[in-house]
Amino acid sequence: MEAHSSEVFVIGLTVFFLACIIGYYVVWSVTPALHSPLMGVTNAISSVIIVGAILAAGPQGFDTSKIFGLIGVVLASVNIFGGFLVTYRMLSMFKKKTKKTKEKE
Amino acid sequence: MSSNIVAILYLISALLFIFALRGLSHPESSRMGNIFGIIGMIIAVFTTLMFKSVLSYYEIGAAILIGGAIGSFIALRIEMTALPQLVAAFHSLVGLAAVFVAAAAFYDPVAFSIGKVGSIKTASLVEMSIGTFIGAITFSGSVLAFGKLQGTISGKPIVFKFQHLINALIFLLIIILIILFVINQSPTIFWTIVIVSILLGFLVVIPIGGADMPVVVSMLNSYSGWAACGIGFTLSNNLLIITGALVGASGAILSYIMSKGMNRSIINVVLGGFGGEQDTSASKDNSDKIVKQGNAEDAAYIMKNADSVIIVPGYGMAVAQAQHALREMGDILKKEGIDVRYAIHPVAGRMPGHMNVLLAEANVPYEEVLELDEINHDFPMTEVSFVIGANDVTNPAAKTDESSPIFGMPILDVEKSQSVLFVKRSMATGYSGVDNELFYRDNTTMLFGDAKKMCEDIVKSLSA
Repeated sequence: MEAHSSEVFVIGLTVFFLACIIGYYVVWSVTPALHSPLMGVTNAISSVIIVGAILAAGPQGFDTSKIFGLIGVVLASVNIFGGFLVTYRMLSMFKKKTKKTKEKE
Repeated sequence: MSSNIVAILYLISALLFIFALRGLSHPESSRMGNIFGIIGMIIAVFTTLMFKSVLSYYEIGAAILIGGAIGSFIALRIEMTALPQLVAAFHSLVGLAAVFVAAAAFYDPVAFSIGKVGSIKTASLVEMSIGTFIGAITFSGSVLAFGKLQGTISGKPIVFKFQHLINALIFLLIIILIILFVINQSPTIFWTIVIVSILLGFLVVIPIGGADMPVVVSMLNSYSGWAACGIGFTLSNNLLIITGALVGASGAILSYIMSKGMNRSIINVVLGGFGGEQDTSASKDNSDKIVKQGNAEDAAYIMKNADSVIIVPGYGMAVAQAQHALREMGDILKKEGIDVRYAIHPVAGRMPGHMNVLLAEANVPYEEVLELDEINHDFPMTEVSFVIGANDVTNPAAKTDESSPIFGMPILDVEKSQSVLFVKRSMATGYSGVDNELFYRDNTTMLFGDAKKMCEDIVKSLSA
């Protein structure tokens, strides 16, 4: 982060556009049947924002910023665990044609 | 840890996220994809915990445990039919988290090396306020979407005069606030941006009707990604930028697919005001037309004597939780040697892929569940179409009646099959408010009643 700030921004912008293009092609390859799990996964990974929250919550002592950071960590964790788990549940239901197990409601 | 190692670990994590999405191209590879995503997240979190400035492990650990416990509890308990509202609720949390991270960066810029209090770098201030703005909109928009999906708030679009003008003015106000914020870095202005953005989020979702929710949910998904991107720029963190862009692109593509499934532009959906819940006045000029009504036994008889059946599920199946009974019905028919398949319209249900998940939950093998363009040409060769809880997506008016609000929408050609069975609660129109001429055709039999009850009765008649 020692680099000149405008340089950092341009690098960020480069990464951003390349990632958008990757996202475009990867998402079009997702089969429509799995669009709900796709939302579950994207929801979980967008909580990578927890990285920022951890940095804010990192320093010792208590100040406003740290409290905000900790709240951010809690919120993002709800999403990370919730998002991946609910996706796991959805995906584990997509099975091949095999012997069917009777299911109770 | 040197900043190079950090950058490489973050890169690995970003790549794993890309593989996680890539895995979803097929159900077989999807579970592995989810695991890649989890590993990527673990790497991201632990890498950040290794930072020199991060010292309060106990507090952070406790926060992760609390959040993780809440998230796990909800994810394990939720009914699959309630998925759309769950996803909406989760989106709101991403938005709120983005606001908190931006606020934290504003109050303690040193921790993020973006300057000192009162003299934060201009670029960082702009990025921070954009992240805050998108985060806050995502938050309130998702809360409202959650309310509409859950039924706590009416699903009807709420429209009032000068709606779009007001939204435009609020947007303009936010831009002015951001400029002011960048100039004087005042906390008051920061929080004003937050509050006004929250207000805008509500106003943007309020005019959108219940059945347009697949688009809204996808759009908010996209926003939550852009919010993460904004924070990524603020913190000069490539991992956040990449992940945010992936999620943003994903939501945007889903919104596009959903709008196309209704033959409407995204703008048209966002401007809202289209349709409400099915309480619109019953058909006016069709009251004299004759509807052929049947019961479960008739349906069982018709299907038993067919050699091919295509089942078309819609939101009504989800509401009635009929998927298990429906699968049981399908199983019996299959045992009789009848070819049973399922046809899914892109906008069936309240979120993208909603029907597929419900059918999968009921143990319907995914090979039997086909998308519109995969199965539509098979309807003419099909004896019976069994439409359960769907309406507009089968309405031939979309092809023939230019004056119809759903004209141009791709539909499932159930009218081309030899006979059509419609499971419906009543004669009410679909959410578009358009009457369906299929109901009055000679080869259509209406089965009035609760979808689940009807399937159970058909199962009884079939096995009798």
